[in-house]
Amino acid sequence: MLNIKDLHVQVDGTEILKGVNLHIKAGEVHAIMGLNGAGKSTLANAIAGRDAYDVTSGSITYLGKDLLELAPHERVGEGVFLGFQYPVEIPGVSNLNFLRTALNSIRRYNGGDDMSAAEFMKLVRAKAAELGMEADMLKRFVNVGFSGGEKKRNEMVQMAVLNPKLAILDETDSGLDIDALKTVSEGINAQRRDDTSIVLITHYQRLLNYVQPDVVHVMIDGRIVKSGGKELAAELEENGYADVA
Amino acid sequence: MVATEETKQQVDEMAGEYKYGFSTDVEMEMAPKGLSEDIVRFISARKEEPEWMLDWRLKAYRAWRKMEEPDWAKLDYQKIDYDDIYYYAAPKNQDKPKSLDEIDPEILRMYEKLGIPLREQEVLAGVEGAARVAVDAVFDSVSVATTFREELLKAGVIFMSISEAVKEYPDLIKKYLGTVVPQRDNFFAALNCAVFSDGTFVYIPKGVKCPMELSTYFRINAENTGQFERTLIIADEGSYVSYLEGCTAPMRDENQLHAAVVELIILDDAEIKYSTVQNWYPGDKDGKGGIFNFVTKRAICKGKNAKVSWTQVETGSAITWKYPSCILEGDGSVGEFYSVAVTNNYQQADTGTKMIHIGKNTSSVIISKGISSGKSHNTYRGLVKVLSGADNVKNFTQCDSLLISSECGAHTVPYIEVKNPSAQIAHEATTSKISEAQLFYCQSRGLDEEEAIALIVNGFTKEVMKHLPMEFAVEAQKLLSISLEGSVG
Repeated sequence: MLNIKDLHVQVDGTEILKGVNLHIKAGEVHAIMGLNGAGKSTLANAIAGRDAYDVTSGSITYLGKDLLELAPHERVGEGVFLGFQYPVEIPGVSNLNFLRTALNSIRRYNGGDDMSAAEFMKLVRAKAAELGMEADMLKRFVNVGFSGGEKKRNEMVQMAVLNPKLAILDETDSGLDIDALKTVSEGINAQRRDDTSIVLITHYQRLLNYVQPDVVHVMIDGRIVKSGGKELAAELEENGYADVA
Repeated sequence: MVATEETKQQVDEMAGEYKYGFSTDVEMEMAPKGLSEDIVRFISARKEEPEWMLDWRLKAYRAWRKMEEPDWAKLDYQKIDYDDIYYYAAPKNQDKPKSLDEIDPEILRMYEKLGIPLREQEVLAGVEGAARVAVDAVFDSVSVATTFREELLKAGVIFMSISEAVKEYPDLIKKYLGTVVPQRDNFFAALNCAVFSDGTFVYIPKGVKCPMELSTYFRINAENTGQFERTLIIADEGSYVSYLEGCTAPMRDENQLHAAVVELIILDDAEIKYSTVQNWYPGDKDGKGGIFNFVTKRAICKGKNAKVSWTQVETGSAITWKYPSCILEGDGSVGEFYSVAVTNNYQQADTGTKMIHIGKNTSSVIISKGISSGKSHNTYRGLVKVLSGADNVKNFTQCDSLLISSECGAHTVPYIEVKNPSAQIAHEATTSKISEAQLFYCQSRGLDEEEAIALIVNGFTKEVMKHLPMEFAVEAQKLLSISLEGSVG
């Protein structure tokens, strides 16, 4: 699914990623753990193609395609989804309008037609209900006045509706109470299939109690320094990152 | 939802160039260039006007001769040579058409090219059971098609070109013309009074809710032809009308002058809703060409509990100088101004409103959304004035500016003059640059950069757009996207 080789990324002229290697197969869930500033979010943004993140060397191959050749919206069209650590507010644009514009952009990118209004409403209502989002929230402006938990839940609804092949979830667990964490975890697990891959970026092991990762990576100072099974997460929780380095 | 969908499709179709850049081949009849008493007489004679109308024009002309072109607006343009302009041009076919079949097919083709919404096209084509939107199509200076007039007349509504009204309803014209915007009001208004070529007259009698929305399309066609439209709408006691004004202009290299005057008179308990989508040619990417748009629009709420609502979406013109205003004379009257002004490339807009509170318990709302891109300048200029006798006045003003490029300018110039201590005046203003975070968020959900800007801008302007009638909202959203094309990067 995703193959990252010796990825170096600069932000404002400072090198943040210093040679990241990552190989993710279809059907796998990988967790990337590490302290603040280790480069986890930089990796997520570089995969999504954000402007300020300069890839100076290395490669990202996704389903056989050179991802770095594609514009951000084209990557989304190919099936890549980034769940934001801090979802952005868009005043005046309803969640429904936003989702529908997004979904149809992706369908058109893949040569398809727009989804009919009726079909779209059915899909969105079903996904929102599964994730415990009230129907009223769909009419509200994107993330405007949402609590931290509501914003993250909204990210999960977006993911469920857009149905990506590769989901990169950047600290989706932060700022959630235990109930919200459970709901969000259910959303992630629902997206977990043989033909999808998920990357969880997180500080804490907490989320991994609900979403069992196949592989856990530890990132320190712009490099993945250790990889292992889910037991690695528990180890980190107990002993901290100092021992790994 | 449907509107957004259609908007996106239309944006796809209209990539790049100004779509309305074409001109039609209709034989023109022109007055010679320049302005003199003789030209004013020529125009009046062409229109077979009565003596009193000619005198009214000449009075305005003499006043204009002594006036100076105002320079207080934040607008920078080459001085207009008023002697190098044609002040009258009319399609040669002077006999009024009895039906649409008699209309020059070139003109009908132009409507088609303009993308006039299907509903209105059907109306123009006289399709039975078509939507009840009456269109008074102004082709250059002379009104060539008025539909539904008879049906409106049954309701007692008068909807016709102003030159016809001068002949058919001289008493109403004499009573109201120039009472809101007098001949000497300002330089451009005086010019309009002297040479106005045509326009629209509407009278809604007592207690009548106009059975349909009234709509006029304006269009500049002949080269170097100034447009001097004149609109007069009177809502008698307890009546209601919604009036739509929209315009597009063909591409020309030389700047064209447009100095319109709109007067609205609202009596007791009556309401006028006046909506404009202005899409005159804005000039090219280098600031060459484009319409100079100097408009005087003013409403007077003469009666108690009268209400006027201006909604405007200004995307076109190289220069926009426009301040639709409300004189709130009747006690309890209400004035509203909702505005979206978009400037791109080298466009300059200086626009806003004046709310003059004279009556007691009068209230006003001003919502202005300015969007600037390219190297453009966008100024909100507004006045809220409360006279000493106006007790318990309320005003709320909100001016938001959105900057898309880093070389554009947004300016807010609010004047507040309050002479009555009971007034409650609230003013809010924000200026923000379109955020990279918002853009990236949209892009990471599959929208390309232009779609992302269009979506964010549509959100930014929603508070204004929701006041537009539905069929106009679609066109307006489309125009916003088109106007901002190429503003990325």
